[in-house]
Amino acid sequence: MNNASTSSAPTTANATEAEAPVSPFPLHSSPFGPSSASGATVRAVNDEFHGDLLEISLGPHHPSTHGVFRMNAALDGEIVTKLKPVFGYLHRNHEKLGETNSYLANVPYTDRLDYLASLTNNWAYVHAVEKLAGITPTERCEYLRVILGELGRIINHVCLVGFLLNDLGTSFTPLLYSLRERERMLDLLEELTGARMMYNFFRFGGLRTDVSADWLARLKHYLEGLFARYLDEQDALLTGNEILLARTQGTGILKPDLAINAGFTGPGLRASGVDYDIRKVDKYSIYDRFDFRVPLGEHGDTYDRFMMRMLEMRESVKIILQAMRDLPDGPVNDPKAKSRGLRPKAGEAYGRIECPKGELGFYLISDGTPNPYRYRVRPPSFINLTILEDLCLGQTLADTIIILGSIDIVLGEVDR
Amino acid sequence: METLEQIRDRIVAKFGADTVTLITNPGPSAQHSLLLVAHAARDIARFLHDDPALRLDYCSNATGVDWPDKEIVETVKTTQPDPAGGPDKVVETKTKRIQPGCLEAVYHLYSIALKSAEPVIIRMRTANRTDDVTLPSLTPVWRSCEFQEREIYDLYGIVFTGHPDLRRILMWDEFKDHPMRKDYVGPDDYEWEPTPHGEVLERAKAHYPTPPASTSPKSEE
Amino acid sequence: MLGLGILKGFYITAKNLVGSYFTTERLTTLEYPEVRAKLPPASRSFPFLVYDGDNPVDGLRCVACRICEKECPPQCIYIVPERDEKGKVMKKPRIFDIDYSVCMGCQICVEACPFDSIKMDNIYEIAVRNRYEPLLMHREQLSKPNTYFHEINPVDAIEVDTRLAEEKRKAEERAKAAAAAKAVAAAKAAAATPAAPADAAQTAKSAPAPAPAPTPAKPTTPETK
Repeated sequence: MNNASTSSAPTTANATEAEAPVSPFPLHSSPFGPSSASGATVRAVNDEFHGDLLEISLGPHHPSTHGVFRMNAALDGEIVTKLKPVFGYLHRNHEKLGETNSYLANVPYTDRLDYLASLTNNWAYVHAVEKLAGITPTERCEYLRVILGELGRIINHVCLVGFLLNDLGTSFTPLLYSLRERERMLDLLEELTGARMMYNFFRFGGLRTDVSADWLARLKHYLEGLFARYLDEQDALLTGNEILLARTQGTGILKPDLAINAGFTGPGLRASGVDYDIRKVDKYSIYDRFDFRVPLGEHGDTYDRFMMRMLEMRESVKIILQAMRDLPDGPVNDPKAKSRGLRPKAGEAYGRIECPKGELGFYLISDGTPNPYRYRVRPPSFINLTILEDLCLGQTLADTIIILGSIDIVLGEVDR
Repeated sequence: METLEQIRDRIVAKFGADTVTLITNPGPSAQHSLLLVAHAARDIARFLHDDPALRLDYCSNATGVDWPDKEIVETVKTTQPDPAGGPDKVVETKTKRIQPGCLEAVYHLYSIALKSAEPVIIRMRTANRTDDVTLPSLTPVWRSCEFQEREIYDLYGIVFTGHPDLRRILMWDEFKDHPMRKDYVGPDDYEWEPTPHGEVLERAKAHYPTPPASTSPKSEE
Repeated sequence: MLGLGILKGFYITAKNLVGSYFTTERLTTLEYPEVRAKLPPASRSFPFLVYDGDNPVDGLRCVACRICEKECPPQCIYIVPERDEKGKVMKKPRIFDIDYSVCMGCQICVEACPFDSIKMDNIYEIAVRNRYEPLLMHREQLSKPNTYFHEINPVDAIEVDTRLAEEKRKAEERAKAAAAAKAVAAAKAAAATPAAPADAAQTAKSAPAPAPAPTPAKPTTPETK
C-alpha cells in the first residue's frame, strides 16, 4: 500500500526546515523557502545533493495551465524533482455563497464550477437536492437529463482533446476542429436553454422547460452526421500519429492502487485499468437501462487517458441515441416538486454523479430552513490534482504540461 | 455491504464501546453516519480500509462542518395544586443552557474493490471551536484526503495532526481567519461596487467617504 | 509503416483546407461587425421590463410585488413601490433598478414573475468604459414595449399574450358574475354597483396620456437596435 508521504522525490531539497508547531512548513513559506509569489520566479537552489536545482514557477497565467494555476517546480536539468501545485487564485468561496442562497438560487451558481460542462454540474446538484428532499423526477425528465448530461460530457471531451493537443505543441489544428464542433453543440444548447455556457436548466424533479421534438431531431441529425465525421477525422488525425505516440506513451504512468487511494476518478482512473464508472456502479438516474461499455485503459499513461476520452465520446453518442429512441411522453416536471421556496426536512445527503472529469458530488445539510446549512462541492478536478506531483516526478518539464492537460482540470472547479 | 449497525458492532468489539456512536439522519436520504472518537479514529479508519468484508479503499469526500454554540431553551411544565382548593395551576419554567459547539470533519467512504453504491460516512468532532481543534489526519490512510484536509484547515481551522503538509490551500498564506465558519465576518474594505442593495453599500461607505454616486437617482416625476 | 500516421494527418488537414472552399460546414466563422449571428429566440442575456401599449409608465406590467428581488441569486434587483399623495402603496414601481454588472442572466426572475412583466433580452453589446453608473439600469432604460418582445422572441410573446388575454377575460367574467350575484342578492336591480375587478394586474388601457417627461438620456446608455 502506498504510504502518504507527499514527496517521494529522491531527495528533499528543502534547506529551510523550520521548527513549526503545526505544519512541517512554516506558514509563510513555500516548500522551497521564502514565497516566490512576489519574488523572482526563477532562481537556482544549491544544496549538498544536487549541483544546481532550478526552481521555477509555472503559471499562474501561463496558457498551458488551463486557467490561473501555478506549479512550483524544482528542476534538475530538465527533470522535475519536486512539484507543488499552488491554487486559489480563482477562489470565490462558492460554498459560503451556497449557504446564503436558497436551494434554487444555487443552481445558476453551479454552472460556474466546471464552466466547460455545466449541464452535469446542474445535474449533480439537483441530484443531491432530490436525495435530500426525497423528490423523484419524472420518467421523461430522466431521459432528457441523460441526453443533456451525455451531451455535456461530449462537449467537455471535445474541448479536452483539443486543449491536450494544444499542450503537446500541435498549435492549433486539432483545437480548432474541436472548437468548431463544440460551437455547433453550444448553438444547439443555446436554442434550448437560452445560454451558451451557463445553462441553469435543471430543476428539482424536472427541467426548466420541455425539449421539443424538432430540437431532438436536429441533435440526432448532427450527432449521426457531422459529429460522427469529426470523430473519425480526429481519430485518423491523432490516434495513430507517431509524434503523439512518442510524446504521450509512457509518460505520467499512474498505478491503479495509487489512483484509488488518491481518489482519482473519472476517465483517468479508468485509464489505469480500474473498472469504476459511477454510471454503472450507482446506477443513478436510469443508466441501467442503456447498453453502453466503459472503456478501460491498460497502462495508465497520458496516451491512455487521452484515448479514454475519444472512446467515451463514442459511447456517449450511443447513449444519447438510445435515450432518444426510448424517450417517453408525459410531463417533464413533477407537479408536486417545488423549486421556489423549497424547504427540505432536516437531514443531510451526499449525491454524486459521473461528470466528465470524474466524480462530482454535492454534500448538503439541511436544517429545515430555505437555505442549506452546509453546501459542499466535491470537485473532481481538485482531488485529481493530489497526485500531480507523483505523476510528474522524473519526467521532463515538457511532459508535466501534457500530464496536467491529461488530468483535465478546470480552475473554476479546483478553486471554487 | 454490511449495514452500518453491523459495522458499528464490529468496531465496538475491536476497539471498545466508547469509540463509536451511530448518528441517525432524519432526512429522506437516510444516510446515517458513525461518529468516531478522535484518539482512535485513525486506527478505526485503517481497519475500515483493510477489512476484507468492507474494503473501503476510496475516500470520496472529506469536508468540515461548523456547529456554533447553540442556546437551547427547555420548557418544563409542572402542575402545582392550588392551596385555595381551586383547579391546579400549570407553571412553565424555562431553563436556558448553552450547548457548546464544535467543528466536525465528515468523510464519505466507498469501496471501489466491492463497487459499493452507498457511502459509509464517518465523522469526527473537535472538543470545542476555539483552542482545542485538533483531529487526527486520515491522509495516511486515504491519500485523497490530503488536499481536502488542507482545505478544511484553511476554511474551518481544524488542525490535523499527522498531515504531511498542512498549509493553507485556497486562501493566501498570510490570511488570518477561517472564512467558512458561521461567525466569520467578512472584510469591508473591498472596492465600492454599485450594487443597489444597501448592506454592501453601507459597509463600503465607511471606507469610501465620498462614493462615486448614489445608487438610485431621485425620481423625476 | 513508420510515418503513416503523420501522412494520414496531412491528408486530413489538406481535405479540410480544400473542403472549406466548397462546403460551408467546414467554416464556422462569422465576420462579426459586418455579419451578425442570428440569435435563437430563447437566447438570453439580461432582463428587461415589458409594458403594454405606448406609455412606458402606465402600461408597465410590473406591480412592484418584489418577488424577483427576493429570488434574484446575486441580489441585483432593487425595487421601491410608488406611493400616491396619501402615502398609500400603489401597484407600480417608482424605482426599478437592475445592476447589469452584477446580473448573471440566470432567468430566475423571469420564472418567478407571476405577472409576465420581466423577460430576458438578447442584447450583448453593452460594454461600457465606466464600472459604476452606466451598467446600473433604471426603470426608464429597462422598460421596453411588448412589440419589442414580439420581435426578439415571438414564440414566448404570443404564448404570454394569449394567456394574459385569457386571464383578463376570465377576470372580467368573474367580475360580471360577481356583479350579477350582488345584484340578485341585493334585490335592488336599479342600484346595483358593479364590483371592481379583482385582478391585480393593471392591464387596463388608460387613455393615452401626454408623452411622459423626457428623462435625461445618459450618453453612455447602450442603444438597443
